[in-house]
Amino acid sequence: MVMGYLKKIQYNCKHATFLIEKKMVGRLSFREIIELRIHLMGCSVCVLFSKQSRVINEMVQQLFKSSMPGEIRLDDSFKKELQERIEAELNKN
Amino acid sequence: MSAESYQLNPHQWVNAHADYLYAFAIRRINNEELSKDLVQETFLAALEKAAKFEGKSSERTWLTAILKNKIIDVYRKKSSGLSKEVKQAEHEQQDFFEADGHWRAEYRPLEFGIEHIDPLINKEFNTILQMCMEKLPALWMAVFSMKHIDGEETTVICTELKVSASNFWVIIHRAKLNLRACLQKNWG
Repeated sequence: MVMGYLKKIQYNCKHATFLIEKKMVGRLSFREIIELRIHLMGCSVCVLFSKQSRVINEMVQQLFKSSMPGEIRLDDSFKKELQERIEAELNKN
Repeated sequence: MSAESYQLNPHQWVNAHADYLYAFAIRRINNEELSKDLVQETFLAALEKAAKFEGKSSERTWLTAILKNKIIDVYRKKSSGLSKEVKQAEHEQQDFFEADGHWRAEYRPLEFGIEHIDPLINKEFNTILQMCMEKLPALWMAVFSMKHIDGEETTVICTELKVSASNFWVIIHRAKLNLRACLQKNWG
């Protein structure tokens, strides 16, 4: 019975990767923490997944926060019109 | 101790914030025309709300919050085809693992170089990352970016995007599996 349960945890990379993702943005229950630990002790592939997943998160955040000037910009004519529109609204009152 | 109070200066809005807001929108919805519209709508909505501005946050933070709500509206509008999209993605998902939960050989994670990359300098990698994110279903991208980039509360995301808590975790999991697989395939 216990062995069956353990085997299931050891085999289930789908569940383990689910827990890895959940842990990264939320909280695991005590049981989930234990399950993940048991799995990762015997599964180097999921250890690698976990490492890559963390790197991917960092990179996505970098990508979104990087404000490389000049890369994404509005064209000047659009901006001019937009400010004029704002001024017009301001003058209404 | 009185907190510093922020002021609004609409005469400088476009100069000071338009590019920032545009970039913010385009990274999340990946559509230039729509992003332009949202920037314009954000400023106009902000003018209407200006009287309610309490000066507790900076002008940019305040404008960004208005834009965020508009982006969520876009996510919601896209949701007409969502259930189908999610079902299809769920179906494809089965492929990552065997029935017992084991990685299928062709999807098993391998080292592919991101383990030691310097994220600051690798422009080529960012292009691939962007491409892989664009491939995610719209709802997944919405959930993923709201959580991982904006750090929203899970309950807020579930309410705003009308997904159940259990579906939320499924999406978080699957979005990452797909993103990782796409990166391994295109970068490795």
